[in-house]
Order: sequence, then C-alpha cells, then structure tokens
Amino acid sequence: MKVAVLVKEVPETSARTRIDPGTLRLDRSGSSALNPFDAHALEEAIRIREADGEGEVVAIMMGPSGAADSLRKALAIGADRAVHVVDDALAGSDLVASARALAKAVAREEPELVLLGQQGGDSDGAVLWSALAELLQLPVVSQAASLELAGGKAKAKRQTEYGYDVIEATLPCVVAVSDAINEPRYPSLKGIMGAKKKPYDTVSAGDLGLSADEIGEAGSQTVVLALADPPARGDSVKIEDEGDAADKILAYLAERKLV
Amino acid sequence: MATLVYLEDHEGELVKGSLGVLTKAAQLGDDVAAVVAGSGVKELAPQAGRYGAKRVFAADDAALASPLPQPRVDVVAKLIEEQGFDTVLFGASVLAADVAAGVAARLGAGLNWDLVDFELRDGELVGKRPALQDSVFVEVGWKGAPRLALVRSGTFEPSESGGDAEVEDVAAEIQDFSRGAEMLERAHAESEGPSIEDADVIVAGGRGLGDPEKFALLEELAKALGGAVAATRAVVDAGWYPYATQVGQTGRTVSPRLYIAAGISGAIQHKVGMQASGTIVAINKDPNAPIFEYADLGVVGDLHEIVPKLTQLLRDRG
Repeated sequence: MKVAVLVKEVPETSARTRIDPGTLRLDRSGSSALNPFDAHALEEAIRIREADGEGEVVAIMMGPSGAADSLRKALAIGADRAVHVVDDALAGSDLVASARALAKAVAREEPELVLLGQQGGDSDGAVLWSALAELLQLPVVSQAASLELAGGKAKAKRQTEYGYDVIEATLPCVVAVSDAINEPRYPSLKGIMGAKKKPYDTVSAGDLGLSADEIGEAGSQTVVLALADPPARGDSVKIEDEGDAADKILAYLAERKLV
Repeated sequence: MATLVYLEDHEGELVKGSLGVLTKAAQLGDDVAAVVAGSGVKELAPQAGRYGAKRVFAADDAALASPLPQPRVDVVAKLIEEQGFDTVLFGASVLAADVAAGVAARLGAGLNWDLVDFELRDGELVGKRPALQDSVFVEVGWKGAPRLALVRSGTFEPSESGGDAEVEDVAAEIQDFSRGAEMLERAHAESEGPSIEDADVIVAGGRGLGDPEKFALLEELAKALGGAVAATRAVVDAGWYPYATQVGQTGRTVSPRLYIAAGISGAIQHKVGMQASGTIVAINKDPNAPIFEYADLGVVGDLHEIVPKLTQLLRDRG
C-alpha cells in the first residue's frame, strides 16, 4: 500500500519561539524540528508497510528550503521517499491556501492512505486534515487512537467529547492520528546513513499547477491584525524541590485556606 | 452582518458550547440565524430562539444520524451560499472543527480558529486568539466573506435572552465522498466512576507518572484532601485511567477550588479543561513544562517523592 504522510517543521518546544512584530508571522529563525505529532503519523505508516511486507511511505512537507533537515529526518526514521513543496510564493498561506498546495502534492502521488498528526505543533491548529480531505474529495477520520486496515477500508477508534467512536472509511481516505496511537521510533544510525540515498524531490507551486492567487498571502482569506498581551494572571510562584517541596506546598495551601 | 451559528446536537440536546456562541453572536447583532443538522433534530430547533436565533435552519435526515463531519459540510456550505451568510461561527468540538475546516475549503473561505473572544470594530469582525501556548494573543481578521470562526470550547456561557425562532427545513444533499465514512459504534456517555465535575479538589495525573499503578499515589493524596482524581488525555488513551476522569478539550471541563497537576506537561488540550480552577499547583520535573506558565504554584521536582510526602503531611495534620 502506498501511504502519504504529511509532515511539517515546527520550532523546538525548548526554543523560545516568538511572533515577529514586523511581519506578524512566526519567527522561524530559532531551532526547529520535525513536528512531534507528525512522528506518530509517520510511525503508523512505517508499521503498515512493515506489516504488509511491501508498499511505500512518501513523506510530504510544505515549508521553506531551510526545513529540509526535518524532511530528511522523516527519511532517516523510515519513509521511502520525500516530496518537499517549496516556493517563496507559499509564504503566509493560511489553512485553505496551505491545504490547496498540499492537496495537489498528495493527489500527484495517488496514495491509498493519507496520514497526518493530530495538530501542528506551532500553531495548535487542528483542522488541516478536513480541509485537505474536502479538496481531495476523500473520506476523513480524525483523532484516530487506533487504525486497522482490511478489505479496502480503514477502521479507526476516534476520541470525542463523549468517549470513543468506531469509524470505518473506504480507501483511499485521510486519517489524522492522535499521539496515543503508537510510540514513534527514533532514527537509527543505519537509517540516517541510508536517508542520504533516498529520493528527495523538490516541487514548486508551478510544478503543482498552482496559480499565484490560490496560495500565499494572496490566496489567504484570513489576516493577523495585531499582537496583544494575554490577559494578566495573578502572581505565580515557581520553586525547585530541595527536599522540602511538600512542606512548601502545604504552607502555600494553608495560607490560602485550601486545606 | 448576516450571521449563521452552527449548532451541534448530542443525545437529544443542543450542545452547550454552541449555544454559548449563539448567545454571544446575538449580543453583537440582530440578524442571527442558526443551523442544526442531524437526525430527529427538528424538534430541538425552536430552542435556539431562546438563545437569540431569529431563524433556525433544520436539516433533519437519517443520512445525518451519525456525528460525522462531511455530510454536515454539504449541508452548511450549501446553506451559506444560498442564504448569503457573511459570518459563520462554530463552537469548537471534534465534530465542529472538522465541519468548519471542510466548509472553509469548499468555499475558499477564511477560517480563524481557537478564538477566545470576538467583537465588531468599525463594523468589522475581529477575533482574538491565543498562540504559542497562550503566551501571546493575536488579533485576527478576514479579508472577505464568508468569515468562518471556531471558538474555543467553553468560552461563552449560554444565556436565555431571546424569544421565538422561525424554523425552516433544509434538504440534505450529500456528496458521494461524504458517504465514504461510516460509524460502526457510537460513543455513549460513561456514567460510572467518580464525578470530577462536582469535586472541590482535583488531583490530576499525566504521563509523568510513568506507570499506571502510580495513580495510587494520587488517589491517596486526593483522599487526604477530600478530592477526586482526574487524568489527561494521554494516559486515558493509553488505558491507564478511565475516560470519565479525563480533563480537557475532549474530556470534562472542571473548575475546582484547588487543582493539583502531577506529571502533566500542560498541553493546550488539557489546559482548556481546567484553566478556570481557583488555585493551580503543578508538580513536574521538567522546568520548561508549559503547565508552569499558568500554575499559581509551580514545583520543579519528582512527583514520586513529593506527592507521598504531601499526603503524609496532610494525614499528620489530621
């Protein structure tokens, strides 16, 4: 089975991320990495190939040329091939503009399954899969905590506000997996060495047949107007345990009459 | 502004979060309509009038019986186009987020999500959205109509200030690919287990416990405090603790007087379920854990040492 996995690069959680006050976009100059949520989608795709003993895992990323290391990491972990959608015209794309570009990149591959992680680590956004499925005109299942493939169908357990649903979708389809679905593997030394020999295609917006008014800022209907400070919170205290943390917690609670 | 609010239903009731968004929308303008799409929902539709809807569009069809997004995208997108709504608001949920994104893609519309507030500024809709783990707020807008927005769950409380609504039937015309997903089993509310929503004190555990058996430490602390034990989505999904105790976006929303988070990193999915708590105490060995950004008392240390000590101290006090 051919599985397409959508990945992106996000700022490392330990890095101090900021929004550039000039452009109102995320400042990506700091240290970045493969989105940890996407690692679960990649892991699931690799397991499907391993269970079948055949098939192909194609990692697809939209991002600047500097994000290539993250896509190569997907190859090192176990993807067979990489497709990097990179074009200055894509900068500033919102949800729908990004989905347009990714849908074109996915459609070229004609995969039987499209996997995504449960959210973009940098924006906390959790909506891309549904926009993508709409543009590809494929069924979609989100929040999949488990995934089984059999008889031309994907069966997933989905967590909602009310518990777990079981949903079955005909292939090809789009599935967004939750981070509970598996424990992602790390790249092995062999994988890292082997990644250099794996196919890595770079495609532009033009290669995908995208016109300038569909993507980037021109193709986006949302705008960021301004940065604002979050609402003020009360005083908070942070302490390090030096063996007396329990006493300090108790004193804190007693002072506030919480015990 | 011609506004449409998407109303979600569950087990014969309109979902509170979507009614809260309707309440807020009705405060901003008079011309507010709502849409409800499901099976057996026509009888629920008039209730929306009490929360400020002047008109309610009801798509009542067996094809909409399962809470799956794509058939609802078909209904809502068509309604927006036919009726010319320029603003469409959704109260975030697993279902509503998927519906909103599908509608945005079909109509080529702008969708801003995770809004915690919105207002009219010189007649233009402006949304407010936290970003980067809520460390900064961004004000967001739209270049044109329809303007789509997903409001963070639990942001607005519903209040009954409206009157009667006119109910109009809407035909459900479902696309072939929207029928490609089918629900085999539907979640039903789990009533067993302790009710964390009513607890005055909550002790919650996450992946940092390291082992499901370590929940015993939290149970003992909760007992000493007269509280209940809750869990994060990560450990519930892993089968460590029952779903009924899950706090967060897809779990319960709680606001106890005291919330003790042990081994919880503090992902946004968790935060939205407990941020209204009176006092938040967080114990985590990672000094960079996001939960410290919103804890009143943050303790960097090993919960496996601190929690039993705290339990013992509380017992000693008697």
